Amino acid sequence: MLEQCIFAGFGGQGTLLIGKFLACAGLMEGKEVTWLPSYGPEMRGGTANCSVVVSDRPIAAPVVTAPNSVIAMNLPSLLKFEHTVKPGGTLIINSSLTNAKSSRDDLRVAYVPATEIAEKVGNPKGANVVILGAYLAMNPEIVAIDTIIEAMKEELGPRKMKFLDGNIKALHAGIDYVKNT
Amino acid sequence: MAKKLMKGSEAIAEAAIRNGCRFFFGYPITPQTEIPEYFSERMFEEEVHGCFLQAESEIAAINMVYGAASTGVRAMTSSSSPGISLKQEGISSLCAAELPCLIFNIMRGGPGIGSIQAGQGDYFQAVKGGGHGDYNMITFAPSSVQETINCIGQAFPLAEKYRMPVMICADGIIAQMMEPVELPEMQPYEVDPAEKPWAATGWDPKNPVGERANVTSLYVETEQLDVLSARLQGRYAIIRETEPQWEAYNMENAEIVVTAFGTIARIAKSVIDELKDEGINVGMLRPITIWPFPYDAVREAATQPGVKAVLDVEMNAGQMLEDVKLAINGAQNVDFFGHCGSHLPTVDEIREKILSMREE
Repeated sequence: MLEQCIFAGFGGQGTLLIGKFLACAGLMEGKEVTWLPSYGPEMRGGTANCSVVVSDRPIAAPVVTAPNSVIAMNLPSLLKFEHTVKPGGTLIINSSLTNAKSSRDDLRVAYVPATEIAEKVGNPKGANVVILGAYLAMNPEIVAIDTIIEAMKEELGPRKMKFLDGNIKALHAGIDYVKNT
Repeated sequence: MAKKLMKGSEAIAEAAIRNGCRFFFGYPITPQTEIPEYFSERMFEEEVHGCFLQAESEIAAINMVYGAASTGVRAMTSSSSPGISLKQEGISSLCAAELPCLIFNIMRGGPGIGSIQAGQGDYFQAVKGGGHGDYNMITFAPSSVQETINCIGQAFPLAEKYRMPVMICADGIIAQMMEPVELPEMQPYEVDPAEKPWAATGWDPKNPVGERANVTSLYVETEQLDVLSARLQGRYAIIRETEPQWEAYNMENAEIVVTAFGTIARIAKSVIDELKDEGINVGMLRPITIWPFPYDAVREAATQPGVKAVLDVEMNAGQMLEDVKLAINGAQNVDFFGHCGSHLPTVDEIREKILSMREE
């Protein structure tokens, strides 16, 4: 198994954080992982993305140019990365922020109204974790849901543990949305 | 010990502390500012109890390292390419004064202020003498966060053994990336004046013991400078002989050998793995120390039976390429692929280059 994915969105949406959750969960399951953020003249509201690689074998390049999966939390991310996804790969679009449709017919595409779903479960800032749930529902072989929850505990740490329950709800809401549509 | 997911810059700072580094002097610059940031908190924790100082400039920081290292303690500075340029005078002085220390260059795109993304354009600066005079420094070019930690573990003992600064040239990707790492146990470091008689550890005129330490890089008498030069060059000869480190990868039945260092070597490795699955054998010889350069290992890999050509890949205009050519000395065809600045060579580009070389 070699999963190479790009999580992209606006700065402040928590796209780098869900990438960390995935990398941390991969490590917990004994897999090889890398997490590489984009950095530059970026700011809240600007674009931010990270490349995550999860593999059974030692990882050569941590740089991802042809991902298996792209999570686009906004329109600029969709425009930037849609064409890079490998045929047969996964593309998840946050349809709360854009009505754009994918122009690719060789991908598994999901439109997830992440903000609405997050609001519905009482965690309006949890759109990122809703999307992570959708991604895992479409790619269940990467890591187990229980491990992701363990990874969220680890990454949130004691200071932010109060956000754990809301995030677990958001995660399951994302999973359920993909399963029911 | 269980592996921990850690960002490169933070792992660098923690590994330095665990190897006894208690003095850090630096000045912020992207993409390595998380190194001083981490030290700024950690140095003041009870179990560490060290010194973190944000200097007024890079030049001040390297000279603070000179001062601290003069007393025998384990001292360090870090910066990124333009900041390392500013430190060159201090580096030359540290080499002349035979002071052990650790200098990190988290390389970004140059020349000039350049870009803040990862770069590899400081190879010449690091290994061909960025400052003035006949000096060298042991220089590592790790390609993963774990390897960077391992290099730090070697850096201080090597610096002390040979009485010289050790540089670690990692690129911006290594500092910014998170990877699973295993850190060494905490090893406090105490200066032993018997082991470091040259160190200025305090001299009481009322109760004089031994010689007064005189740490200097100034030799007014040419004859004395000759003595220093002979001592340094003698050391360098030993280091060239005994300290080169490299990784050989997939060399069995290789028809083409790639030479590369740092993160670029990992991108090339992805290509090698892909091609192997398709039945094409490409090997790699990756220098881990870029000074001393593993000349013998590169020549042996390049002239191994079955090898038809060497491809050097770098994120610069071909700097290590010169050492690769020196190593091979005309015994094999050497080709180059790379981009300058912060323009990363991609898997597809390297793959295409290798396939085109096979057709020639």
